[in-house]
Amino acid sequence: MSKPKVAFYWCASCGGCEEAVVDLAEDILGVVEAVDIVLWPVAMDFKKHDVEAMPDKSIVATLLNGAIRSSEQEEMAHMLRRKSQYMIAYGACAATGGIPGLANQFPLQQLLKFVYEDGPSDANPEKTYPQTSHDDGGRRVTLPQLHEVVRTLDQVVDVDYYIPGCPPTPKLTAAAVAALLAGKLPPKGSVLGPDIALCDECPRKASKPTDLGFTKFERPHQKLMDPEKCFLAQGVVCMGPATRGGCEALCINGHMPCSGCFGATSRVRDQGAKILSSLAANLAAKEEQEIAAVLSGIPDPVGTFYRYGLPASLLRKKVPGEA
Amino acid sequence: MSDKTWEPRIVGFFCNWCTYTAADLAGVSRMKYASNVRVIRLMCSGRVDPQFVLDALARGADGVLIGGCHPGDCHYAEGNYKCLRRHELLRRMLGDMGIEPERLRLEWISAAEGDKVKAVINDMVEKIKALGPLDLPGRFRKWDGELAEGAYAGTPAMPPLPVKEAADV
Repeated sequence: MSKPKVAFYWCASCGGCEEAVVDLAEDILGVVEAVDIVLWPVAMDFKKHDVEAMPDKSIVATLLNGAIRSSEQEEMAHMLRRKSQYMIAYGACAATGGIPGLANQFPLQQLLKFVYEDGPSDANPEKTYPQTSHDDGGRRVTLPQLHEVVRTLDQVVDVDYYIPGCPPTPKLTAAAVAALLAGKLPPKGSVLGPDIALCDECPRKASKPTDLGFTKFERPHQKLMDPEKCFLAQGVVCMGPATRGGCEALCINGHMPCSGCFGATSRVRDQGAKILSSLAANLAAKEEQEIAAVLSGIPDPVGTFYRYGLPASLLRKKVPGEA
Repeated sequence: MSDKTWEPRIVGFFCNWCTYTAADLAGVSRMKYASNVRVIRLMCSGRVDPQFVLDALARGADGVLIGGCHPGDCHYAEGNYKCLRRHELLRRMLGDMGIEPERLRLEWISAAEGDKVKAVINDMVEKIKALGPLDLPGRFRKWDGELAEGAYAGTPAMPPLPVKEAADV
């Protein structure tokens, strides 16, 4: 009997999720032994046409990382969806938009202008921009079209499961692969991780007071932080209360507050709105001016609360002004 | 819907103990005011989850009005202060997302202030009319027009909040 076929693919991502697969270390040998990898652009030399030639649903699972941001990524997502029994959004970018999703705060033209004209390291006096098609002495070369909006994978194709994290931990990855191979998967649409907030597994849980009573917010570089005490109790924004656990508090153990990469639990639709709600409600101030002064300690609410999930948020993208 | 016939749609989250009672009073007093606000009664302005506000806007509201008890008068002691603080940060965040902060408004209206319900609603309708439609659902459709095969319209893992789709009235 042939081994089950698995594909890995990357879209708008940094490569960290690929590292996470490699971080399975010796366990990856077990995976390689158990499955046939039919596509893995970062590590193996299979081509798009190899997969296109395969019958539909002949791949058991595709683990796709990265957000969907170009016509090429959209096409590959659809193609892999057709070829796979399970489409798995691997990592924060595919699941909720991730860091590339922060681009949804800007119109595409503004981003391109910065990258190709205004960036401090630019040397582009002719203001050459990438074109989707170019004729060079009879040879026509093409590039994919960059989308105006960065999207999660499930805004483009049907997704069966999500593996959270930036990147997902080797433990969660190994557990997901094992569940897949054993056919012991939860209901479709599940996130393959615990469904409880990070605070539950946080080593500093005991030092979180019932009433936080914020009088000031400070960022990690602005103060000497107590390495034992709950970050929120120190007035440092920690996304823990609005973020799914399962990372085993990696950042906390590295003495940095949670920045929210695992996304929300299943009871929450909009992670950013939820942490905003929690933090703001717990201010001590009662007067408008005083409240505004304390909240000014959070200078970038969108970038802080939606660092990994702007495309999956209720508002999705900044509404462009009349320009 | 042409611009000529466009009327703002405002979602009102009113506290059971004050603003909702005040709206009732305005009603039984036969006060006439703009009919653009769809009122949702909550037990307290402190129950207004910022998700409700964003979801209302994402589903087509042009503005959201929150009505709570005057400071010091909350039936649950502190709920309206929680609302006030969330309102401050939420308005700032809306601005960062390109949505005019004026589309979200918080007013303290006691059970006796039926006339204030009328004044606030009329004033807000005028202000939203001046801003024009927000039309997030239309914007989402327009954005998704760039996809070759269209947006996936199945059941994503994180669907909108489970609320029945309101009839287009």
